[in-house]
Amino acid sequence: MANNHNTQAAGHAYANNHSHSGKSHGSLISYIVGFILSIVLTLIPYYLVVNHVLPTEMGYIAIAVLAVLQLLVQLIFFLHLSLAPEGRNTLLSFIFTVIVLFILVAGTLWIMYNMNVNMMEHM
Amino acid sequence: MSTQENVISAQAGIHPHAHHGHHHDHDAEATDKVVFGFWIYIMSDCILFASIFGAFAVLHNNTFGGPDAKELFSMPYVLVETFLLLTSSFTYGLAMLGTYRGAKNQVLFWLGITFLLGLGFICMEVNEFHKLILEGNGPQRSAFLSSFFTLVGTHGLHVTCGLIWMVLLMLQVGKHGIGAVTTRKLACLSLFWHFLDIVWIFVFTVVYLMGAI
Repeated sequence: MANNHNTQAAGHAYANNHSHSGKSHGSLISYIVGFILSIVLTLIPYYLVVNHVLPTEMGYIAIAVLAVLQLLVQLIFFLHLSLAPEGRNTLLSFIFTVIVLFILVAGTLWIMYNMNVNMMEHM
Repeated sequence: MSTQENVISAQAGIHPHAHHGHHHDHDAEATDKVVFGFWIYIMSDCILFASIFGAFAVLHNNTFGGPDAKELFSMPYVLVETFLLLTSSFTYGLAMLGTYRGAKNQVLFWLGITFLLGLGFICMEVNEFHKLILEGNGPQRSAFLSSFFTLVGTHGLHVTCGLIWMVLLMLQVGKHGIGAVTTRKLACLSLFWHFLDIVWIFVFTVVYLMGAI
């Protein structure tokens, strides 16, 4: 009997406690909306590239922007990242990581590009 | 019965003396900590991938007279791969909805679908690698292909680990049901799986789409 009661209490807890876990688990609707958006945000850049809709430079910018939008859709609808106070640590660690990523990738490209250019000049 | 045991043993594992009262609060707290810790691991994994993306971005033009991305990759093939992974991310979400309702069969069903979609993705990727290597365009061909195999291969390795983890978790859920421990593990794999989907979006954009422009 006691065991049975515990299970129910625990089951109830899983259903509700995630509102204070910082990782709220979303609903069926939010997963479906996220799924549809991510499919659309995959098909648009695919269409742009395969049919050569945009000139080269515009094309690069367009698919980069669409990839970032796709990232936001997945973060919000699938990973449930939010501005809610309970998820503050998750959000802060994510923002910190984005800054590190930016320094890493932009720094690598900057240094290697300049090195390439300078090497060419001396050849 | 097995569900009850799992819940009880989970509680006993964290708080051996707590038999009554508010132990589900402690469980929730422990789950939060574990899931946040796993989130930090994923953030560090982001940095690993950023380094490999950086290497690819630097080396992607160095084809050493060999084929470039435009000649090598079939776009419809890659689109199918992308849809497999996107859909598997969605079906894992459905498994998580089942987890929070304690619906064991729903969890097992959607995990099974997710596993098959992930397996399909990996099979397509292995097939692509196999074809490239047979044509003499393996990682030793050029710096571009070295960085391509490193980037896509590292992602594929992560997906493979996720698939193995998923099988083990399905066995565990089948045996013990949805308790504190299995909920925690399902939540961690959920983060991992969605993260791999996001990494693939950038592989798709940077390697395949930008390569085809």
